[in-house]
Amino acid sequence: MTEVIVLNSLQQSKMTSSNLSVNHLLGIKELTSEDIELIFATADNFKEVINRPIKKVPSLRDITIANLFFENSTRTKLSFELAEKRLSADVINFSSGSSSVKKGETLIDTVNNILAMKVDLVVMRHPNPGAARFLSQHVNARIVNAGDGTHEHPTQALLDAFSIREKLGTVKGKKVVIVGDITHSRVALSNIYCLKKLGAEVMVCGPTTLVPKYISQLGVLVEHDLMKALAWCDVANMLRIQLERQDDGLNVPNFPSLREYSMLFGLDKEKLDKLEKEIVVMHPGPINRGVEITSDVADSKHAIILNQVENGVAIRMAVMYLLAGTIDKKV
Amino acid sequence: MQPIEILDTKQFQIAIKRLCHQLIENHNLFENAVLLGLQPRGIYLANRLKEVLTQIDEQYTKVHCGHLDITFFRDDFRRREQLPTANKTKIDFLIEGKNVILIDDVLYTGRTIRAGLDAMLAYGRPKLVELLVLIDRRFSRQLPIKPNYVGKVVDSIATERVSVEWEEHDGSDSVKLFTTEQDDEQ
Repeated sequence: MTEVIVLNSLQQSKMTSSNLSVNHLLGIKELTSEDIELIFATADNFKEVINRPIKKVPSLRDITIANLFFENSTRTKLSFELAEKRLSADVINFSSGSSSVKKGETLIDTVNNILAMKVDLVVMRHPNPGAARFLSQHVNARIVNAGDGTHEHPTQALLDAFSIREKLGTVKGKKVVIVGDITHSRVALSNIYCLKKLGAEVMVCGPTTLVPKYISQLGVLVEHDLMKALAWCDVANMLRIQLERQDDGLNVPNFPSLREYSMLFGLDKEKLDKLEKEIVVMHPGPINRGVEITSDVADSKHAIILNQVENGVAIRMAVMYLLAGTIDKKV
Repeated sequence: MQPIEILDTKQFQIAIKRLCHQLIENHNLFENAVLLGLQPRGIYLANRLKEVLTQIDEQYTKVHCGHLDITFFRDDFRRREQLPTANKTKIDFLIEGKNVILIDDVLYTGRTIRAGLDAMLAYGRPKLVELLVLIDRRFSRQLPIKPNYVGKVVDSIATERVSVEWEEHDGSDSVKLFTTEQDDEQ
């Protein structure tokens, strides 16, 4: 009966409507391509909102969001917080450095204590892969994964694909190469899922030690020569070398030196000039200038790094708007 | 049940023409007035008004006409089963200090207009806001909102639905009244 009424009232105003197929954003793997398109369409609207004189809408004014960052982050945390504030949500912040986690509290206890303060949605970054999924099974709140170890970083992949769509008109059929530390990168994994679902061709490129052995099973091409990869692609996503994740406990470095890495896999103007076409250069930040990418490339017109940052706010607004929309608060 | 035709094509176009002349009476050359249609269906009316104004006099080609989306300002967020999908907002002029004519096809509960007023304020502070609707379903208001310009007043009950059809979008200009079985609660 309720459904009939809703249908009628929608016909009344001739609006279209739709929901995500998921209750939490744990990873791109769980999303359908329709979900991604819905997030993009919503983000288009929010991108317009954040360019207004008054960059705020009242949609989430009765929602409280907790940002739990068990791992350092500047950009993602700021971007989420800004997105939440632009949706008029109430925001609380938590970083592990200054909390009882240091005193030995478990993740579920920490989160349940926060939820006891009536929080509706949790944005979490955690060093352990699967932490967001674990949380979604044990606590009663919507969860947005803001990066879980080396597993996924869904909002980054969404904003990367959104930026490609904005720059090139579409993602479908485009050739994207992801360069760098594929093994330790959650950005790479989420990007691969996202781009494949949107119909792009994906190649990964990096030193053999930093490209997982079975990565081609995800349907991606593997190339170890940067120049060949660049000649193939329309878009190059230059990942940050995650110096904090290089210690695999083997005491064997994954590459001999940063200098060698940057000579073989870093992008500089010289390499770009050798190409007979223009490619789009992306970087999820923070940039190690002179390692993955040189300053002249990072600041050139090929780079859409700052567009990615701007789109990040719009994408995160869209994700939280769509997830919060399904929280039952009928009175 | 067969829908009842409230306005046929001819009456429809006469009503629009009259609305245009009323706007001209009040705003003369639109030196300081702008048209703002509400998404999703008010934009057809706004565009049509602009078109007819231009037919009346060439100088009205300069009249500003924008589209405003109100999705994020609705008061029924999370009170529906499905999330409404947003539409494009297109306002390429300043509304600060202007006389804004808000435009929608059907005025029913008044909640859309309430959201429209809120959404509009994100773009600045207008000097004056007026409301123009093609159809006013009177006696069904849930908020204290009254239109300044009305194409036609319709008496209808909650189980009925008024649908405005546009030539460019639905094939012909007309307004129809549908009766549905279920409670059409909004």
